[in-house]
Amino acid sequence: MRLQLAHPTDHASVVHWPLDEPLDDWSLPGMHRVFGLHRHVVRLLETADVTYVVKELPDDLAEREWRLLRALAEAGLPTAEVVGVVTGRDDQADGLLITRHLDYSLPYRSLLSGRGLRIPYLGERLLDALSGLLVRLHLAGFYWGDCSLSNTLFRRDASALSAYIIDVETGEHHDTLSDGQRRLDLMIATENVAGDLLDLQMGGLLADGIDPVETALAIETTYRNLWDALTGIDEFNADETFRVDQRLRRLHDLGFDVSELELVSAEGGTRLRLVPRVVEHGFHAQRLRALTGLSAGENQARRLLNDIGRFRAVLEKRSGKKVVEAVAAARWLDERFEHAIAAIPPALAAKLEPAELYHQVLEHRWYISERAGTDVGIDETVASYVRDVLAHAPEEQIVRPAT
Amino acid sequence: MVNLQKKYQNGFEAVPGLDLHIDDGEFLVLVGPSGCGKSTVLRMVAGLEDITGGDLLIDDVRVNEMGPQQRDIAMVFQSYALYPNMTVGDNIAFAMKLRKTDKTEMAAKVAEVAELLELTAVLDRKPGQLSGGQRQRVAMGRAIVRNPKLFLMDEPLSNLDAKLRVQTRAEISKLQRRLGVTTMYVTHDQVEAMTMGDRVAVLRRGVLMQCASPAELYESPQNLFVAQFIGSPSMNVVRGNVSSADDHSITLSLGSQHVRIDGEARARLAGLGEYVGREIAIGIRSEALGGDGTASIDVVVDLVEMLGSALLVHSTIDAPAVRSIDTGVEISDKAESAVVASLDPRRQVSEGSRLTLTLDTLRMHAFDLETGDAIGRR
Repeated sequence: MRLQLAHPTDHASVVHWPLDEPLDDWSLPGMHRVFGLHRHVVRLLETADVTYVVKELPDDLAEREWRLLRALAEAGLPTAEVVGVVTGRDDQADGLLITRHLDYSLPYRSLLSGRGLRIPYLGERLLDALSGLLVRLHLAGFYWGDCSLSNTLFRRDASALSAYIIDVETGEHHDTLSDGQRRLDLMIATENVAGDLLDLQMGGLLADGIDPVETALAIETTYRNLWDALTGIDEFNADETFRVDQRLRRLHDLGFDVSELELVSAEGGTRLRLVPRVVEHGFHAQRLRALTGLSAGENQARRLLNDIGRFRAVLEKRSGKKVVEAVAAARWLDERFEHAIAAIPPALAAKLEPAELYHQVLEHRWYISERAGTDVGIDETVASYVRDVLAHAPEEQIVRPAT
Repeated sequence: MVNLQKKYQNGFEAVPGLDLHIDDGEFLVLVGPSGCGKSTVLRMVAGLEDITGGDLLIDDVRVNEMGPQQRDIAMVFQSYALYPNMTVGDNIAFAMKLRKTDKTEMAAKVAEVAELLELTAVLDRKPGQLSGGQRQRVAMGRAIVRNPKLFLMDEPLSNLDAKLRVQTRAEISKLQRRLGVTTMYVTHDQVEAMTMGDRVAVLRRGVLMQCASPAELYESPQNLFVAQFIGSPSMNVVRGNVSSADDHSITLSLGSQHVRIDGEARARLAGLGEYVGREIAIGIRSEALGGDGTASIDVVVDLVEMLGSALLVHSTIDAPAVRSIDTGVEISDKAESAVVASLDPRRQVSEGSRLTLTLDTLRMHAFDLETGDAIGRR
């Protein structure tokens, strides 16, 4: 038997597991079955510090998926942290792949069957997240080959969702993808998502207002729109260079950063052609991390940065002078963010990630202020949010199937 | 495929120029070691890889620039997942629902596919109530229902366990023959290739080494690469010498032993007449040793393996081994080599003993040591 661990000091307990036994026979405390459709035996294993997902599959596939997941992580793409791989087990044809459970992630089955997880425009949000993930993978040269809701986990990201690829058994990594590879991947995604949604509907588990076929078919349009926005070539008059800045802002708004811009003169120098090389997603998340050290999803970060902006404007108005952004951010973290999170009872605070909690507090503040017809203070908002919303919300750190 | 080429931007030529014709309804298997270009060829046919030279024709229409959807092909087993809340019928039909197919047409198509796959009786059942084999057939139904011109399968059995792989292999072959849909199947497993294909195309570094029926590949390999790639155990190949030849017989030397070849075997290897006094590679399959034969070689038995259906005898002879490598042909620098014979399982053979193995000279092969090409009839 051979065990390869990515970060041995963080996951030393793995070596004490019965790695030589069939996964189905393991009887460790904290073991659960996992939601969704699986071709292999998959188990969730909760330990004191970390929750793991263990999957049993043939050695060559386990090795391949281990390599691909590491490559995805190195490329900065959203995926589960791969912990280790076990191959060459005695008397076992199959190996094991160990990943870290993606805390606060929501499988589509629990998301769509409405467990009190209120997310507005759920079908569209899901679609945007999945299409966005596929575009990001394709930009980085990853062909998925089996894009589906079952092979994806979702995390709340402000009022939207962000998607994480968790099953790459059929994946391939290339320098770049051909149009044919992208088209086929999109076709597979459309068909798989239709299957996932129709199955939920036939099981009476799909929330009202989501049309399985229309939702699945819309993936193609959403994907193409985003792909064109990110990679499309702009052409404009030579005296309209402001359009370069316009395009950059548009890409930043979509959460992407640009590593390189190529400006080529055309038609004898009277026209310019702009070719962007989009590489990184997470423009706002990186800015937030640089300013405050906080980790957040892209939409959460956008929301929190806006709040920092508003806080800075208040500081400037109060003092009558300019306040440096980094200073405003440090004070915001202390006086607003940490203050609000500290006011939430620890047992309830664990239900959601801190950035999501703060976003929901802001949403709630808007809602109760509008109802009251006046601005409600942050302390009063937090108390109301905890009492009326969070106390009734389901646990989301680890979603387990009902037993 | 007419001079079909794939050259990457970094200059690497994955497929330098491939000519291959697949007949209507034929099951063609592309086989070769890792990196031989078989998946690249399949991906070019599927429209997943840009074709950098030559022509790809489907039904005589050039499809080089068409996208995967326009080519009317189906990649089989993109996903094995069956949906647990859907009935067998729904699992087969849902992709048509997505394409907004007319309900009557959809029902007729599902009934037709279910009949073909022997699933009519279980159409209203859920996947949880089916056997493993039935589930595999439902998964196949999802691809079949599209009615494509061509099925493409890229190592579809690679993530199944050994037992299910053998079972599914047979299911695919049976079904392909019943449906008569042209199929291109990629595998690195020569057993899969030999048991499934009407014809098998063996590739090496993007070059077609031979395309023929499984029996022809096995019995008449055109080169050393095919001879050693096809067959398990692999063909025994050692360096030998053509000592003499006349109109009636040829004498070959394998180390210190001499083998006389005459009659029909002499005619099969007539090309050896031009090699008198020269070294060649001599190939003998394991089952051509120890059965019927007019010649014999003496060996020392190293190991005996009882397989039930045959007794595999591993032994040593005093002639160096020859093998096909990427740059040509390699002769081992060791004076001895291992030879495997497949004997009748009722024979008593003990390890360490000397054994005379009869040799069926009609099933001997000879190859040029420089080119690796088979030396056959003149």
